[in-house]
This record gives sequence, structure tokens and C-alpha cells, in this order.
Amino acid sequence: MKDEQISMALTDNSEASTLQKTGIILFASGILSAIIALAGAGNAQPVLFFWLAFGLSTAGGLLYAYTYFKNPSGIQNNGIFKNGVNNSGVIAWLTGLVFTGFYIILYWFPQYLEGLIRATDTFSVLLRNRPADQWFLYGTIYTLAVLVMGIRFIGKYRHSRYQVIRTLSVMFFQTGFAFLLPAVLLRLNQPEFYFSYFWPLKYSYLFPNDVNYFLNSGAVGYFMVFWGAVMTFIATPLLTYNYGKRWYCSFVCGCGGLAETVGDPFRQNSDKSLLSWKIERYSVHSVLVLVSLATILLWINSYTNGTVLGNFSGSFAKSYGFFIGSIFSGVVGTGFYPIFGSRVWCRFGCPMAAILGIFQRFKSKFRITTNGGQCISCGNCSTYCEMGIDVRAYAQKGENIIRASCVGCGICSAVCPRGVLKLENLDEKGRFEGYTKPEIN
Amino acid sequence: MALKVVIIGNGITGITTARHIRKLSNAHITVISDETAYFFSRTALMYVYMGHLKFEHTQPYENWFWKKNKINLVQARVDKIDFLHKKILLNDASFLDYDKLIIATGSQPRTVDVPGQHLKGVQGLYHKQDVELMEKNTAGIRKAVIIGGGLIGIEMAEMLHSRNIAVDFLIREQHYWASVLPIPEATMISKHIAEYHINLHPQTELKEIIGDKNGAVKSIITSDNTEIECQFVGITIGVQPNVNFLKNSEIAIDKGILVNEYLETNITDVYAAGDCAQFTHPRYKHPAIEQLWYTGKMQGEALAQTICGHKTMYNRGVWFNSAKFLAIEYQTYGAMFNTPAKGDTTFYWEHPKGKIAMRANFNASNFTLTGFNFMGIRFRQAVAENWIIAQKNIWEVMENLNVGFFDPEFFTNHNQPILTKFLQQYPKPIA
Repeated sequence: MKDEQISMALTDNSEASTLQKTGIILFASGILSAIIALAGAGNAQPVLFFWLAFGLSTAGGLLYAYTYFKNPSGIQNNGIFKNGVNNSGVIAWLTGLVFTGFYIILYWFPQYLEGLIRATDTFSVLLRNRPADQWFLYGTIYTLAVLVMGIRFIGKYRHSRYQVIRTLSVMFFQTGFAFLLPAVLLRLNQPEFYFSYFWPLKYSYLFPNDVNYFLNSGAVGYFMVFWGAVMTFIATPLLTYNYGKRWYCSFVCGCGGLAETVGDPFRQNSDKSLLSWKIERYSVHSVLVLVSLATILLWINSYTNGTVLGNFSGSFAKSYGFFIGSIFSGVVGTGFYPIFGSRVWCRFGCPMAAILGIFQRFKSKFRITTNGGQCISCGNCSTYCEMGIDVRAYAQKGENIIRASCVGCGICSAVCPRGVLKLENLDEKGRFEGYTKPEIN
Repeated sequence: MALKVVIIGNGITGITTARHIRKLSNAHITVISDETAYFFSRTALMYVYMGHLKFEHTQPYENWFWKKNKINLVQARVDKIDFLHKKILLNDASFLDYDKLIIATGSQPRTVDVPGQHLKGVQGLYHKQDVELMEKNTAGIRKAVIIGGGLIGIEMAEMLHSRNIAVDFLIREQHYWASVLPIPEATMISKHIAEYHINLHPQTELKEIIGDKNGAVKSIITSDNTEIECQFVGITIGVQPNVNFLKNSEIAIDKGILVNEYLETNITDVYAAGDCAQFTHPRYKHPAIEQLWYTGKMQGEALAQTICGHKTMYNRGVWFNSAKFLAIEYQTYGAMFNTPAKGDTTFYWEHPKGKIAMRANFNASNFTLTGFNFMGIRFRQAVAENWIIAQKNIWEVMENLNVGFFDPEFFTNHNQPILTKFLQQYPKPIA
């Protein structure tokens, strides 16, 4: 009996690693097919290479994700800091380089993606009734990545219903609201619109150009402008007051969705030092100022028909789009996952996160409650905080954690080995009050 | 001239004392440690071995913190203390003067006295150096044995399991940690241990460790004369106060340094706190030596007040503790033992799937709450404490459990099945 048990344990692990290896091989074959497609084969055999590139890599990813379901439910962080990919090692830098390179090609040299774009044509026609472009290709990869890595995430954290529900939510919003719905709108000859993105993250939705374009597109366009304005000015403060910024960042947002799923293996690489907190506050609020400025300037320009500002507001907005919209949120924001952690953009750049954060810090019911004097200062919460919050610094003093940057992912609470942390929405009054031990005589 | 305070030991007790003295005064503070340059969380060492954390993640403060707060850190070993002249001799032959001395040297692992105890691959787990040694001792091995079923034992089992090392776990009791946990909880944890394919050997002790020709562990012999092959033997039979360097000095020692409720030793201006201290007159239902993270922290907070002139009695408050057994979290509040305290009666509920449970003890004559155990349920400390202090009526407690549940949002709340079972067992008296 004794030996049987032990050998079972060993088979379990080796079986898991065989599955994992098979998954990696399949995924690599998918990537290889994609490269062959890019080299020209995608133009010649689009359907075949669609299935080879996307089918193989998805199948590989799913197999790899499946191994997380085979482990006993509970925290599965064994060996993370023994592994170069997760741990800012050489492989992490290489991974970062590949991600970054992909974004540079996507934004500025899409002609090199021709082979893969053609491979997605059939799919694009099916969904949108028009051939693919680089953004359709990107959307397809993005959504597949969120779905596959979302399944992995659910396997990894399946003991926590908060994590499962939150992940299903971002998977749903990415697939439905950020991929299928815009495609269907195009198919119906309506403006392509993302109902899950709002100003200032999707800054152009309140720029005069977009607003005029939507208003000229009929009833659906009117609704889109209405929706965007309501979400930005009414729903955002209201929902953030009641639930904290997590209602958006950890349940709806596509950038957040990618960070939580594809980015999860890298969450521990965010810097926790006081210095990076200082940099973060300057940087994220500067972006908010810039995008607000760009929006205001564009509207002044639009009202005055360009008589006051000339070309200035247009080129200001264009620069914002180039430096912040493309370079910061795309190239740096995703490309640097393996180096700076999964929420680089959300933490240092996202103007939406900045606004939500201001509400969360000053006018919200949300807090992470510290359970009395139970913290053992182990550091799991701080280490696995993707936003780089030194959670432990508060928890070990018995203080609640109320930080503008907290996206409410709940991982600190999940990894805490003593059950010290709870995300909750309670009465606003007393949210900053820490725990004091009751006296007994 | 600022008061010169020297603290021996940079663990949770010593550092808490130092930080709170700094908050309250401008005293000149020096903390001596032989183990590490900076304070770290001892409870997190297991996560470093398992690869969840790097060692630096276990350090709660960035390195600039100490200079900024004028807490001098000295990495050295104390060889001798001259209590008469208030001088400390360090192992580099230098001296430190003090006006007030705090000894917070913590524990050391207890060792076994069996043949083979010094073989390579036999070790305890307490210091940072023990984890480093464990890295070496377990590199590439297949099988390990752990002796002693307490909290460090199960941590070690989890650590080894994370490296795919097969574990045989020898415990003295019939079930895991049955010296503290009531039988149902202990049984539940024993079953959970089996799910991880960790081989629990109940009522089994270590008789002998057998070495190979290189002086490394090859196997062990148990008390029932079974031989178990292994390349590593973890000795986790508890810890004892780390006070050997004070033996044969003027300071009064039994197992630990003897202190009163103000943490004062028999020598004026010398205090002891944390794992290394032993209360001469322990409180009712409280141990003489408190070897917990939480007690070390609270002792440090009280002691800092005393050092700074606000003489403060150490008050443990309502007892609480917590742990994690593999994937099952455990919290306890009040005086909970493996059998109910005298005059108490008990109620236990366990989820049909056997990973979630709760126990409430209450006074059998006036039906007031005396304590809780929670397995796989998180509970608010403030609620538990206030109810215990207020001696809340047990029916009121059970009807209001919901107030205290601290599980994450969307988790299943078990208060209804718990209440139903409670009322079946203890029908509410008609007022």
C-alpha cells in the first residue's frame, strides 16, 4: 500500500509534465506554422495555415492549461522563483523582446504580417463580411490568448470562486464585447464600436471626430455616443463608489483581461519599492492630464473651426495616440510583461485607471480589510500583487488597504496563508480605521 | 544623552520592540543578530524553499528603512554578557554598552537522541541557515522522512512535496497534531495529508538513523522496527528557547529566561521577550513559553512601552492562532484544546466533503461562548474576540455567525447548515 501510494504520486507528476511538454510542442508547432505562413505560405494556403497556426497553438495552450486542473486545488506557485521565464531571467527578457517586436510590426510594419492576415480572411468574412486586416488578426490572437490563458487561470485558482467568476467575466467581455460585437456591427454596416471601452482609455470616443462620425451614422451611432458619455460620466463614478475600480479593471476591461490571463505568469515581477510607487503616481496622472488636455483642445478647435489653435490640437492628439496609445499601452504595456509584471500599462499609464483610482481612494466603499492582528508578514500578498502594492506594509500593522492603484484582482487574499485579507464593499465610514486589540482584565 | 537600548535578536520580537521604541522615544537603538543582516519573516522561509518567494521577499522593510529610522543593525554573535558593567562581548571581540538590554533570541530546534542523529541529511528547521542546508540536503533525493507532527513538520512535508520528494511522516499521536486539535479536526487533516500522497505513520517514533559508507542517511528504523529508506530526515519535534549562551550567567533560566508579566528578568534593566522567555507565573490556560509569531509581536509592543517609561503589563488578550495545513487554513480563538476546557461543552460541524469545519465551545452551565476553531473558513478576529470577551450567549452566536465570516466574496456561506445542526443538537430554550 505504502509503495503504491508513493508511485502514484510520482506518476501524477510525470504525467503532468508529459502533458505540459506535449502542450508546449503543439504550441511551438503553431508558432512555427505562423512563421511559415508569414513567409508567404499563408497567401497560398490561407485556410490550411489558419488551422495550423491557430489550431495547433490553441490546442497546445489548452493542453498546458489542463495540467493546472490536475494539481490539487489550492495555491499553485511552486517553483515560480526557480524558473527563468517567470522570474526576470534571460528567457523573460527574450520573451519580452518577442512581444515587443510583435507590437512594433503590428503598429508600423503590418505588411510583414500579410501571410497571417490572409490566413484569417475566411474567418473575417464569416464574422464581418469583409477581408481581414492587421487589427482583425490582432483581435483574433488577443481573444484566443485571453480565452486559453483564462482557462489556465481558472484551473490554477479554481479553489476561489471570486477568481473563477472574475476570470469568466473578462473572458466574456473580451470575446463578446471587444471581439464579436464590433465584428457583427461591421457586418450590419454600423460603426465598429467597443461597448466595453470608454474615454479616457478609448480616448477617441470623446474626440470630436469620432463623436461626429457616430452621430452621422444614425440611431445606433446616437446610442453609441450616449453609451460612451453615460459610462464615462455617470456609471464610472457610481460603480466605483459601490465596488471600487475592480468592476472595470478586473471584470470588464480587455487590457485588464489580458494582464490577468496572459500576464498571470509574470504578476510577481512588478516592483514593490517605494520609489516605483512615486514614479507610478507621477506617470499615471500625467497621462490623465495629457489625454484630458488633448480632448479639451480638440473640442475648442472644433467649436472655433480651427481659428484659435490651427493644427496644434490635431497634432497634440496625434502625438498622444502615438506615444501613449501605441508605444506605451501596446509595445511597453504588453511587451514588458515579463520584466515589469503584468500590469505595466494599467499601473503606470492607463488614464482610465487613474480616474477610477482617484474615486477609489477618496470616494468609495471598497477596501481590503485586514483581519485583526493575524498577519505573519510572509510577503506572499506583496509579491503576487501585480500593481506593485506593498500589501504587507498595511496588513502587518492591522490597517486596511485602500490604494488608488488596487485593481481588486483579489490574488493577495487568495495567496495569504492565514486568511488575513478580504476585498469588500462596506460602509464608507471607518474604512481607514485599523484594528486595535480589545482590552481584557 | 539618549538612552542606550540594545536588543539581541532581529526576529519579530526584537524588531517589533525596536520599532515601537523608535516611535515612542529618541533612544539609541542597536539590534544584534547573527543570523541575517536584516529582519525577515521566519514563517515565510518555507515559501522560499518552495519557490513561491525569493528570500528578499520575506523582508518586510526595504533596506533603507533602518538607517532612516535610526535603528543600528549589527550582524554578530553575542559571546558573553557582563551584566554588572552592562557590557556585551561580541564574537569579533568588540564591546557594546547598554542602559537597557532586551534578549529576544528566539528558539532553536529540539534535537533527537538516537543513534545516527549526526549523519548528513539529518536536520531541523528554524533558521535561515536551516533552509539553505535543506536545499543542499535534498538536492536530487527521492525519499524523505519527517519526525514529529507539529506545525513545522507539516510545513516541511509541504516543502518536500513541492519538490516531488516522497515523504514518510512519523507522528507520535493517532492523528496529526492530536495534542492540540480535537479528534475530528485532527482526522480531517490526516485525510487531507493522505490526499497529497504524504505517508502518515501514526503512533510511530524514531528509533535509529542508519547511514551509508559516506556518512549520509540511508534509512531509518521506526519504533515498530520497520526500516524506511530515505535520504533526508527532518526533525520537527518542537523548538526550545535559544538561551545556551546565557547558561552559567547570573540571569535566571529554567527552560527559557524567567520573566514576570512585565517581561523583566531577575536582573535590573534586562528584559526577555518572545520564544526565549518563560513566564515564572503563566496565566491560567496559557503556556509558560509562548512560541508564536503573534505573541512575540505583542510582547514586543508591550515591552517597548515599558522601556520608554510607560510600564505596561504584557496582556495576551483573547488567545488566537492560525496555520495552514497544506491547502486547509486553520484559525482558532479562545481557550481551545484537544478536549473542551473544564466546564465547557462543544459543538462541531463538518462539511460533507470534509475540508471545511467549525467548532464552537461554550460554558455548559450558562451557555456563553468560550472559543472557536475554524478549518477552511476565515473568520473575523474582532468579532470572535468581542463575542468571547462579552461572553455572548451561544444561540445568539450561532444565529449571527454570518457577521464574522471573512471568506472572499462569492464563497459559499455555511452558516445555515451550521445553525441547523446546532439547533438539532442544542434546541433553543424557550425564554
